[in-house]
Amino acid sequence: MDFVTRGFQGRPRSHDGRLPPGQYLTGDFPVLSAGPTPPVDHDEWELWVATEDGTRHTWSWQDLMALPDETVTVDIHCVTSWSKLDTEWRGVSLDTLLADVETSADFAMVHSYGGYTTNLPLEDLLDGQAWVAFEYDGDDLRPEHGGPARLLVPHLYFWKSAKWVHGLELMLEDSPGFWEQLGYHDYGDPWREQRYQGD
Amino acid sequence: MARAAVPGGLSGRRAWRDATLVERRPETDSAVTLVLDVHDWPGHLPGQHVDVRLTAPDGYTATRSYSVSAPEGGDRVELTVQRVPDGEVSGFLAEALALGDTVRLRGPVGGWFVWRTTQPEPVLLVAGGSGIVPLMSMLRARDGADHGGPPFRLVYSVREPGDVIYRDVLSALQDSDVADVHLVHTRRAPEGAARPVSRLRQDDLAASGWSAEDAPTCYVCGPTGFVEAAADLLVGLGHAPERIRTERFGPSGP
Repeated sequence: MDFVTRGFQGRPRSHDGRLPPGQYLTGDFPVLSAGPTPPVDHDEWELWVATEDGTRHTWSWQDLMALPDETVTVDIHCVTSWSKLDTEWRGVSLDTLLADVETSADFAMVHSYGGYTTNLPLEDLLDGQAWVAFEYDGDDLRPEHGGPARLLVPHLYFWKSAKWVHGLELMLEDSPGFWEQLGYHDYGDPWREQRYQGD
Repeated sequence: MARAAVPGGLSGRRAWRDATLVERRPETDSAVTLVLDVHDWPGHLPGQHVDVRLTAPDGYTATRSYSVSAPEGGDRVELTVQRVPDGEVSGFLAEALALGDTVRLRGPVGGWFVWRTTQPEPVLLVAGGSGIVPLMSMLRARDGADHGGPPFRLVYSVREPGDVIYRDVLSALQDSDVADVHLVHTRRAPEGAARPVSRLRQDDLAASGWSAEDAPTCYVCGPTGFVEAAADLLVGLGHAPERIRTERFGPSGP
């Protein structure tokens, strides 16, 4: 038993084991970002994937829309301790986008419009675990939530689900992204409470 | 981007420490400053926050992040807590935690939304509501700097006069020319106020000395809608997006 805070009872516990340690439920959708929301037009939008040998694959918005999409309902967990259950998204699976990409990379650096970056193991983007999402709750994804499109990797803390996703740089070795350089965890598994470097 | 030098080793910053309440200062009807004594505190930079954890007798824990409201000062860590309706943690901290009581605390956290006393450029602070808290830490650090420092301007948006946190400190900073303080009232202004009641506007942010050409670093903190609007106004005034640092809290930061 950890240290007990005198007089603290807390809210009723009722979440059927769906809340990772240290998280609380929220009904709304808080926003966290490091700077202004970058304006990104669909006409100019592009998604790129660059492999370790410099090969570049690109998709326009029309290309993305032409790909088969999926609607997924997932729980999301922010490192600042809020979790939101049963969020509904529509997007294109990374399995679809990366199907024809030849690489021996084990890691990816995700690049966003506006300059934000985050690093993940490539295997966490595959096997039905990650999407480029462009709808939330049945509507176009709003700019402050990462629209026109954001990465969605719900099994990791939500800062890994980069807003305004622009590109994936496939890497042979891991390298820290924006928040990771500032002390946040390289992997970020909410169930192991990997919030900060060293957790 | 360079790795940020942040006080305290990594292991020190992620360790949970006992934090004992030694002083409680009401700021407004709904905000209170808590002064905690944290043994072996590694120190922090203006703008950083800490995690506070409460533990119930059955082992249930609730953790929330709170911005620190004063610069480093030995083992003292000052937080200002805005009580939110039904706030599980803010309500407990604001009302139930008594002098001498202990919570668990770790940090500091966040190496991006910080101001270092070595930064030479002008600073434009933009606060909405309790978003003033991390900015107050920066203002106090500027006030306490040995050799003065760059020009600071604070644009502080509140609904009505009673919502102003740190009113006396802000007056003193204004009177001693440490910072230019500009209040924005969105619902009710004090009698005789020159500025009409309205949401934050572009001309609130346009001030000589802190224009885009002066290349200030802008720190914007507040609720999401406020931060979105303020950051857009700054970009519209020509400020480079990479010079605008934001920190947001949703309506559900209880």
